[in-house]
Amino acid sequence: MRITRILAAGALAAAALLGAAPGAVAESPSPSSSDGTATEGGGPTEAGTTFRTATPVRQGQLATANASSGDYLYWVFTADAGQRPTVRATVTLPESAARHGASTWRIDVYDGLRRRQPCMYGMQSRAAGAEASSVDLACTLRPVRSLADPWEGDPLPGSYYVRLTVTALPEEDLGLPVRAEMEAVSKEVGGAYAVDGALAEPLVPGVSAKEQRNEERAGLEVSTGWWSDRWLWTGAGAVLAALAGVGGYVLTRGTGRPARVPPGA
Amino acid sequence: MALRRRLTTIRRMITRKRLAAGAWALLAALVAGLAAPAPATAADGPAAKEPPKVELVLDVSGSMRTRDIDGQSRMAAAKQAFNEVLDAVPEDVELGIRTLGADYPGEDRERGCKDTRQLYPVGPLDRTEAKTAVATLAPTGWTPIGPALLGAADDLAGGDATRRIVLITDGEDTCAPLDPCEVARDIAAKGIHLVIDTLGLVPDAKTRAQLRCIAEATGGTYTSVQHTEELSGRVSQLVERAADPVVTPVPLEGAARCADAPVLTPGLYTDREAFGEHRWYRVDVRPGQELRASVSIAADRPVERDYGVLMRAVTVHGREIVRGSEAGDGRTDLISTGLRYPKAPSDDDVEASAAEVVCLQVSNSFSAAPGVTSEPGLPLELTVDVVDAPDEAADVASFGLGRGWWLLGLLVVVGFAAGLLWGWVSRWRVAVWRTN
Repeated sequence: MRITRILAAGALAAAALLGAAPGAVAESPSPSSSDGTATEGGGPTEAGTTFRTATPVRQGQLATANASSGDYLYWVFTADAGQRPTVRATVTLPESAARHGASTWRIDVYDGLRRRQPCMYGMQSRAAGAEASSVDLACTLRPVRSLADPWEGDPLPGSYYVRLTVTALPEEDLGLPVRAEMEAVSKEVGGAYAVDGALAEPLVPGVSAKEQRNEERAGLEVSTGWWSDRWLWTGAGAVLAALAGVGGYVLTRGTGRPARVPPGA
Repeated sequence: MALRRRLTTIRRMITRKRLAAGAWALLAALVAGLAAPAPATAADGPAAKEPPKVELVLDVSGSMRTRDIDGQSRMAAAKQAFNEVLDAVPEDVELGIRTLGADYPGEDRERGCKDTRQLYPVGPLDRTEAKTAVATLAPTGWTPIGPALLGAADDLAGGDATRRIVLITDGEDTCAPLDPCEVARDIAAKGIHLVIDTLGLVPDAKTRAQLRCIAEATGGTYTSVQHTEELSGRVSQLVERAADPVVTPVPLEGAARCADAPVLTPGLYTDREAFGEHRWYRVDVRPGQELRASVSIAADRPVERDYGVLMRAVTVHGREIVRGSEAGDGRTDLISTGLRYPKAPSDDDVEASAAEVVCLQVSNSFSAAPGVTSEPGLPLELTVDVVDAPDEAADVASFGLGRGWWLLGLLVVVGFAAGLLWGWVSRWRVAVWRTN
């Protein structure tokens, strides 16, 4: 088990090395391919209504749902250490003739412990005018770390719940049909956020319980947990230091014999 | 026991070293080529359980004659939608149909308000029979929503299947003082995990408010229907939703202080917590384990604009270990928070490795909107997990490794200086040796 992990991580390292040009030991913000490469449009077509019934969706998969305005729609995806997930949602509103005014829509993201996660960037909440036909929302989470203090709310590897709902709308517009789309994608942030330590289990509800809530785990690839580009930086530093050391040594030797040695000695 | 734990600790240390050695194996890996890490396999669904039960409650009151849905009467639209829904019901769903206001056309309020009956019993569905039963309906009487909901709850009683009532009506309840919203809240408070979804056919403001209240009280949804296809689509969606496997939480009652609190094992629980009430639970955590708890409190009735929830992990002596808190404002279905408490592995004796009792205190700062009852309490959902403690961080950075141009610059300078120094020292030594 351990050995396969190490081998897998080694292979990842190799991939990183092969993929990186000699000078590009630095930041390598390649877009995440993130495993969840299910076919476009193959995503779920329903959304859950609570944390418990949240519909699992893989990263990169487009989830859709038909709902009534006023519903609380829940999806759940998984994110691993070193990823910075971005959630995007689009709500297609009912035709404006049927509506009575502006509405405000909002996405909230919660981690596997149901703690609300703040958005670094993105229009988490947006008002749609009375004439608007759709509204786009986005939320970029902080980078997921492999471990944090229990007193911190940093994102950790595990489940992430997305809740989409309307926060303000005219009373008459409640219950009208709307269509929602949601997609979660991640960017790899690299070793800058690689911290020490790792969770024993990802933050997925029910990991220790006997009951099967495994549908939520479906999307989580096993984190090797120890690889980061810090190994490359430190290794490269060691090589450079060794070279510099040899250089310095050679410099003191000079080219010929030491000056103070008497000729013929 | 202690020995095993120590072995685990040692093994962890070895693992770390081996991981460091893994870095050296990197070259080997380069040669070995690429081997993608095995993705986690998708797990299967939960084990087979009781089939989910759904009851459709249809309003057959006189007002259903109104012809305002796609040019046909509300009743005709409902019948058409029912036919489509009955065709699409998933095999494993037990479906029943109940009517309200179908039989008594008279003016006697008391009799009219008892007019609800089961049209088709909850059970394996015979589509033809159910369709025939629906076809006989004609708009007739009053709108006793409250009694119909009570009847439907009885129809679905028994077993631990998931239960759902889909209420389709075109008007508000005409049978006060029995407020259907209160009825729904009482049904939800029985802890039988019954969800009521409501659909209003061309609803007016009062109907909307009432149906919304019923849905909110049980965690259901409210839909306003203007067209026939919306009706059939939505009802089918709700019936299918009932068929989705879901974990049913275990009802329990938290105590007012830690000493009396129920001891929880990992799982999913529900409770009720009144406005401003504190509830305590206890969890045993052994050294080397991590407690994970999350709580959500649902706003199942109109509440004031600002609200919050606080969960604290406290020792038996009252010291707060860690807390999770959240506050919010505006329209919401629930508010939730969670906490993690990793307990460090104990080094030695057996006594120290005994489980620690961690008290969990859950409190909320919801307040009821004016004229809203505070009984029963707000629904509270609690999840508890106990897993192995994490590999604690020995450094801020991963394995204490460095990163960045400053690091490289420093290493080059220091390496160069060391090379120079070494060169001078060796030259000096050679010179001394030669001269002697």
